[in-house]
Formats: sequence, structure tokens, C-alpha cells
Amino acid sequence: MSELNNLTIAEARDALRKGETSATDLTMACLTAIDAADGLNAFVHKTPTLALEQARAADARLKAGDAPAMCGIPLGIKDLFCTKGVPSQAASNILSGFKPEYESTVTSKLFDAGAVMLGKLNMDEFAMGSSNETSCYGNAVNPWRRQGSNVALTPGGSSGGSASAVAADLCLAATGTDTGGSIRQPAAFTGITGIKPTYGRVSRWGIVAFASSLDQAGPMTKTVRDAAIMLQAMAGHDPKDSTSADLAVPDFEAALTGDIRGRRIGIPREYRMDGMPDEIEALWKRGTEMMRDAGAEIVDISLPHTKYALPAYYVVAPAEASSNLARYDGVRYGHRAKLAQGDGITEMYEKTRAEGFGHEVQRRVMIGTYVLSAGFYDAYYNRARKVRALIKRDFETVFAEGIDAILTPATPSAAFGLGEMADADPIAMYLNDVFTVTVNLAGLPGVAVPAGLDAQGLPLGLQLIGRPWEEGDLLNHAYVLERAAGFVSKPGKWW
Amino acid sequence: MLDHLSYKTPTPKVIHGAKEDWELVIGLEVHAQVASKAKLFSGASTEFGSEPNSNVAFVDAAMPGMLPVINEFCVAQAVRTGLGLKAAINLTSAFDRKNYFYPDLPQGYQISQLYHPIVGEGEVIVDMGPGIARRVRIERIHLEQDAGKSIHDLDPTMSFVDLNRTGVALMEIVSRPDIRGPEEAAAYVAKLRQIMRYLGTCDGNMQNGNLRADVNVSVCRPGDYEKYQATGDHSVLGTRCEIKNMNSLRFIQAAIEYEARRQIAIVEDGGKVVQETRLYDPDKGETRSMRSKEEAHDYRYFPCPDLLPLEIEQEWVDDIAATMPELPDEKKARFVEGFGVTEYDADVLTAEAENAAFFEEVAKGRDGKQAANWVINELFGRLNKEGLTVDTTPVSAAQLGGMLDLIASGEITTKMAKDLFELLWTTEKGGNPAEVAQKHGMKQVTDTGAIEKALDDLIAANPDQVEKAKVNAKLAGWFTGQVLKATGGKANPAVVNQMVAKKLGLG
Repeated sequence: MSELNNLTIAEARDALRKGETSATDLTMACLTAIDAADGLNAFVHKTPTLALEQARAADARLKAGDAPAMCGIPLGIKDLFCTKGVPSQAASNILSGFKPEYESTVTSKLFDAGAVMLGKLNMDEFAMGSSNETSCYGNAVNPWRRQGSNVALTPGGSSGGSASAVAADLCLAATGTDTGGSIRQPAAFTGITGIKPTYGRVSRWGIVAFASSLDQAGPMTKTVRDAAIMLQAMAGHDPKDSTSADLAVPDFEAALTGDIRGRRIGIPREYRMDGMPDEIEALWKRGTEMMRDAGAEIVDISLPHTKYALPAYYVVAPAEASSNLARYDGVRYGHRAKLAQGDGITEMYEKTRAEGFGHEVQRRVMIGTYVLSAGFYDAYYNRARKVRALIKRDFETVFAEGIDAILTPATPSAAFGLGEMADADPIAMYLNDVFTVTVNLAGLPGVAVPAGLDAQGLPLGLQLIGRPWEEGDLLNHAYVLERAAGFVSKPGKWW
Repeated sequence: MLDHLSYKTPTPKVIHGAKEDWELVIGLEVHAQVASKAKLFSGASTEFGSEPNSNVAFVDAAMPGMLPVINEFCVAQAVRTGLGLKAAINLTSAFDRKNYFYPDLPQGYQISQLYHPIVGEGEVIVDMGPGIARRVRIERIHLEQDAGKSIHDLDPTMSFVDLNRTGVALMEIVSRPDIRGPEEAAAYVAKLRQIMRYLGTCDGNMQNGNLRADVNVSVCRPGDYEKYQATGDHSVLGTRCEIKNMNSLRFIQAAIEYEARRQIAIVEDGGKVVQETRLYDPDKGETRSMRSKEEAHDYRYFPCPDLLPLEIEQEWVDDIAATMPELPDEKKARFVEGFGVTEYDADVLTAEAENAAFFEEVAKGRDGKQAANWVINELFGRLNKEGLTVDTTPVSAAQLGGMLDLIASGEITTKMAKDLFELLWTTEKGGNPAEVAQKHGMKQVTDTGAIEKALDDLIAANPDQVEKAKVNAKLAGWFTGQVLKATGGKANPAVVNQMVAKKLGLG
């Protein structure tokens, strides 16, 4: 096993349990790969000492026969997660130098299960972005390139560092977070699997908040089975998060039977957008056929309020963000601007926030502040909340009519070139989320699965949307799709 | 109380302006700190007077990724308070964020309940003297977080922040504009304080800032308020100003008085009162503008996405209701009816639940009026003088009761009782009253033979006084006094009086 870092979680788990390799060797392989991949700019803080310490502890547990599935598995952790004593900046200058005194619930659970942290992963600043270009560390780069081209492509966002690291085999898997598509879009852009669980399935405690009613953490993995294994370790009720659901976590991996005969797959007509590239259309069609071939019944469905989802999302998410980000004021931690003689508290706020927040974050804070303002609240925020309720009802209706999962494209295109959107209207960037935001607004689980390559050799993903709290069943559908698509491509190593 | 005692509405305060008469319309927002060991959304301690920034959880300091979790006990306290104010309890309520920037507000927002408060409409009966009370309607009570403390006077160039108070639970109790004078406003706050202290939901320590009030004041011409009451139309009333953050009953009265006169002067000069927030300066005795309506913050309230709507069950509310103590109004009515005390005395006795309990122990099975006199005049008077409370009193309820029994049985006189009380308070602490009385030779002389002899001696020695008393019967009292003196105060005054009248032939 020369390329240990190429393993999936399931393969590594089995090898570790059989004693064919050690957590330390796995970790060393990943650390070596990471050090050779600075060109991807995926890891923004490397934690090799901690990683090896954790790996040794995992080896001890493995030896003692006390080995949960994630024991000894080297992971990358998105910079949005607070990790004790390790820089956790949400890729923002305003959190410059911030090292939390606490460990997020998700990373605690992973570490308790024996997982190893290799370091912190790049992302869009405060998870606001779809291309990783808003990061204070500079963007991560997609390991994939168009055939015959060396144009650097985006890994997507906001969990772009996670996607890049997993796709380039720098780690076995990574954590991501998804507020409007931030797990699924980068997963699709890099040919990996990413699931956003049902809202409330995974604790938000210790994850830097973007939009609290939409944020949800999930695994980004090389396979659907890995997603099931890792989600199992991340999920569960947390009394420290009032929005976390007090529900038992079923065995997700056991749900992967590969049998979806008789299941009803909805194909929502509203997702057939004007101007959608033919390749996406064709991929979607192929995915539909794969599901049919596996014995599922394909049903045309309608989710009539879909077209209002993106505008509603870009009211609700910035509104919550404008409030969530108010705490970054330079008073207690992170960046504080140098003040001039005579400057007061107002100047301290203004200068600190002007220096600490990047443009996209500032834009969203301003949008959010505006939509919550007296006189505009009803026209924007309240209306968006109503739209959100209607979108949720659309899904409830089709599920009530017996639909088991909904199949859609994950993204409107393959990965685009870094800088290509620099001069575009911000709305063009926001359109990346068009297929994914509905899922966040409705609080549903959604998974992106790699399903093919486009004409330029770039990965394309399909999205499956499931019933609330039925991630296992959803992953089983994804598993069928994964097997049928037979996606085995890897990016050629250029970094 | 209204169940038992009937009340008249007090006359509204009238201020004579330079040109005409004016009345006041007052509504209050009272911020009461919930009596709870832990904060509203974090486990941090609420202890007063701790080292700065020592009672601060990660949530209170608004560290990244930290989330609030509601403290069930604080919710129960709010419900208990609501029940104490005879208010509707909302089984579903929700938390909202009130957004503004200030260094002592680490989150950049206060979690409060704007749209769906936990407690709805209730009422408070504000006693304004025997037989007179104002019914003040409560609009709502909501739970919210307190802010921290900014300290600007420790350093010439820097400000300091103490987050100990950040996140402490407050109940904001909002009244309707039913209060009609400065005294009523102070009495209203005092009554709220009394009720919450009975309930154990707020310790009401105003000096520590545990009870603070924002006061809305406007003035109107006589008759306008009745129009508002009939129609609910606020526009018939004057423009109001809000005086912020007052933590003294005396200042509340003074500030309202000043503010009303300020507004009257403006209106009588042909001006218009500007709606604004004002601060009261107790040193100067005046209010000054803090910010106008135009400068008012836009708080951008919206539902707090970190907290689900707060659902409570009727059974839970019923359980709390089942443990409610007797409240001041009911207790007062019971004291008036059951013990025959005056309303005034009942007010004094029920001011604090502990005092009322002490009185009840003394009065039970005894003469209520006499017990009230002794408890109020002798015991409370002495406690006040010495800075003690019924919890630290040297004379227990049982001792005082035993003393009253000695008076009732005629074993000691009232005068002896006062001496006995003094002994029990000082050198005979904890003593049995009967034994102490005996030890000190306190025994009323009821032996008519001894009294008669003393009187006969007196008559024989003072023929002039006898003649005077026969002309003017009032002068017979001299003989009574002298006999009491001669017997060392041990003779029963009633027996002596009777005998003097007989011997002098005053019939």
C-alpha cells in the first residue's frame, strides 16, 4: 500500500483493523501529500504534531481492539470549525490570530471516535462565496484541469479547500459546511461526494455561524459509503445547540443496500432552467435512466416555488449573517484596527470591520442590514420567510405523495476558471447555488454525487434530495447512482 | 384583594400650569432581574459583586460559534411572575434579536422577545392609602438578556468593560399608561417589587440595579384621559417622553414631576413636546435629552435563529401555579378580616412576606389588633432602629406571643410588658417571657385590699385634692396615678380607677 493517502475511509478502516497499516503511516502519507500540494492552497493551517499525536493514540486504541469506524482516519477540517488551540479564522482577517479555547462538537465527536486532524482547510471568508476567492488566504485551487489546459479552476465554495484536499488525496475525507450549497457545489466541482444532512442532525456548536437557520455541517468524502461512515460520527443530539434534534442516529452505512427497486424518484420540472448547458441536461437525463435501470419509478414532479428560492435565500442568509457577524467588533478577540488620536468607539468599529472583512462579507452584511431595517423588514425579510415556508411545503407535498428522493443537477456548470467571475455581477456568482439553496431553505438532506465528466474532462455532479431525517435512505439512493455512474476518474497530478 | 375589599380610584394628580390645569399619563417598563443562580442562556453565575469578568461563559463573551441554550428555571420564574400578576401565560413564545453595537453587548444583539412574549395581559392593584387603589393593567412581560457594564471613568483614554452582568436574565414588565401621578408610579414599582419578592422571582434590590424602570410621561388636559380610555385612541393624549433607567423610587417621582412641568411649560408657551428618550440627572434634579425619535436606533429585530420557539405545557404552568404563595393583596385582605387589623396596619404587616409570617405567628389565637400594635410599634420599630430584620430579631415571635399572653391573662401590665420586652431584647435573650417576668418581680397587683389601703392612705393625706376632685371629676386621675406609683406600677389601672371613683363618690 504505497499510496495510503489515496485510500477511502472504508478501505483504511478495514486495513487498520486487520493491522495491514497504522494510523501513523496513514497520517504520514497524508502529511507528505499535503506538503507536496502547497500549490493547491487547500490547507491554511497544518497541524502535523497534533496529527501524529492523535495517530499514535489511534494506533493504541486499534491495538486495544477499541476502534470505532473513524479511528485513525486522517481528516482535513474546514477553517469554520473552532478547534481548540489551533487557529480558527473562518478564512477572515477579522479573526486574525484567533485560537479558540474550545473544540466544536463535530470535531470533538470525530476526535472521540479516533479521527486525526491534519490541519485546517481553506474556504470562502465566513463561508460566503462559491469559488473560494473570498478567502483571506487566497483561493484554494481545484486539482482538476480542463483537458489540454493549465487554467487554474475554482474548487467551488465555500468548502473549496475541503473539496480540493479530498479530490487531491491529501486526506481521506474532510468536514464541510453547507448554508446554500457550500458542501454540494464544491463536491460536484471536484468529483467527490458531499452530503448536507437534515437541519438539526449535526450540532452547530463551535462552528462559526454564517446563517444560523441554514448552516449545517457534513462530510466531504471520496465515496458514498465514506459519507455514511463519517456522517455517523458527526451526527447526534447536542444539548448545547438548541436547534439540534433529539433523535437517535441510525446506522447510515447499513442503509447502503444498493436496492432501490420500487422507490419513486421525483424529477422536478422547475429545475430545468433556461440556458442550462446541454451537458448538464444530458447528465441529469443519464442519472434518471440509471435510477430507472436500478428499478426505481421515475415521476415528474412540480416544486412550484423553486424560482423564488434564490432571492429568498439571498435575503434570509445575509439578514442572519449581518447579525451573526456583529460580534466581530475588535473588542474581545481577533483584529482591532489601529486608532488615530481622538478616535472613539464608533471609529474603532468602523475601521476594524472595514479592515477585517473582505468585500463579499461587507456586501452581505450591508444587504442583511438593509433587509432588516425599519420600513423594509416586511417587504424583504418577512416576505422571504413566507417564501421559505412555501418552498418547504412544496417538498412536503411531493414527499406526502410518495416520492422517496428527488434527482436534480448539483450545479449549473462544471468548475469555472478562477478570476473568470471577477468582473461579473455578484448575482452571476449567486446563481451557482440555484439547485442547492432550496434544500437549505427547506432544511432537507441533500447529497452531491459525481456522475460523469463533461466534454473538457471536468467532473459533473448530480444531487439527490431526501426526506427529513432519512439520510440513510438518501445515501442508499446516492450509492446506487454512484455504482451506476461508475465514476472512477481522478485528476492528473500537476501540483 | 378586590375579592374581599372594595376600593376607590385615586384622584389623578393635577398640576396647575401658568395658564391651565394639567394631568399626567404615565406608563412604565420595569426591568426586573430574574432571581436565578445562572444566566438566561449560559451556565455562568449571576452573583453580584464578583471580580470583573469572572462570571463570563464563552456564550456571554460571544466567542465564535457559541450558542445560547435557554435556562428553564428563568422561564419558570417568568411564568411565576406572570401568574402573580394574574396574567395570561403564552404557551408558545419566541426570542428575537435586538441588534445594536456597544462594547458591553458582545454579541452585537440582545436576545429578547419582541413579537411573542411569554406573558400577556395582567394587572396590578396599587394601594394609595386605605380604601384607595389604582388598577394598573400589564401589557406584557418578556424575557431578555441584560447587557454588561461599560466603565468610562477609570482611565483618561480607555474604557473598560465588565461582562459579569452580560446575559443575566431580565423580565421586562410593560404597563399600560394607567398611572396618573408620580406617587402612583413609585407605588406601582414598589408593588411590583413586593409581589416579586413574595414570589421569589426578583430580589428587587434597586441599588444593585436588579430593578430598574423606564418611565413614559405625557401631560394632557383634564378629561382627555377619559376620552382615551373610552376610545383607546392615544392621539388624544400628549406626546410622551421616555425617561430611561431609573433605579430609585425617589428619583422616579422627582423625574416625573420635573418632566411633567417641563412639558407643560413647553405646551403653554405654544410649543410642541418632542418625542424622545431622556435621562434623569439626580444631582441637578432635571431630565435632559438623550436621543430624539429621529436618532432612535433601528434595532432590526428579527427572530433569533439559534433558538426554537419556546413551547411550554399547560401542566407545567399548572404545577407552578400550585406552588404559588399567598400574595400581598390576599394576605392583606385576610389580615383585615381575620385579625381585625386596620388596612393601614395590614399594609405595614404584609410589606414583606417574612414580616407577615412573623406577625401571623404572634397573632394566631390572640388579639390581632394588640398583636399588630406590638409587632409594628415595638418590634418593627426597634428592628428598624437597629438595622435588623425579622430573620435576625432578638425577640422571637414565640416570645412576643408569650408576652402578649401574660398581658391578656392580667399577669403583667402593659407597662411591665414594655420592660419585659426590653429585657428579652437585651439581657434575657431567648428567655421564656413568664419566667423572666417572674424573675424580675413583674406581677400585676390585683389584690384590691392592697390597692384600697394605698388609696385610703392617699385620701387621708390629701384632703385638698379630694375636694378638688369632687368639683372636677377629671382631677380624680391624680389619685389613680399616685396609686399606680405607690404600687410600683404593678396595680391594675382599671381596678384602681374603679376604686377611686367609688371612694370619692364620683359614681
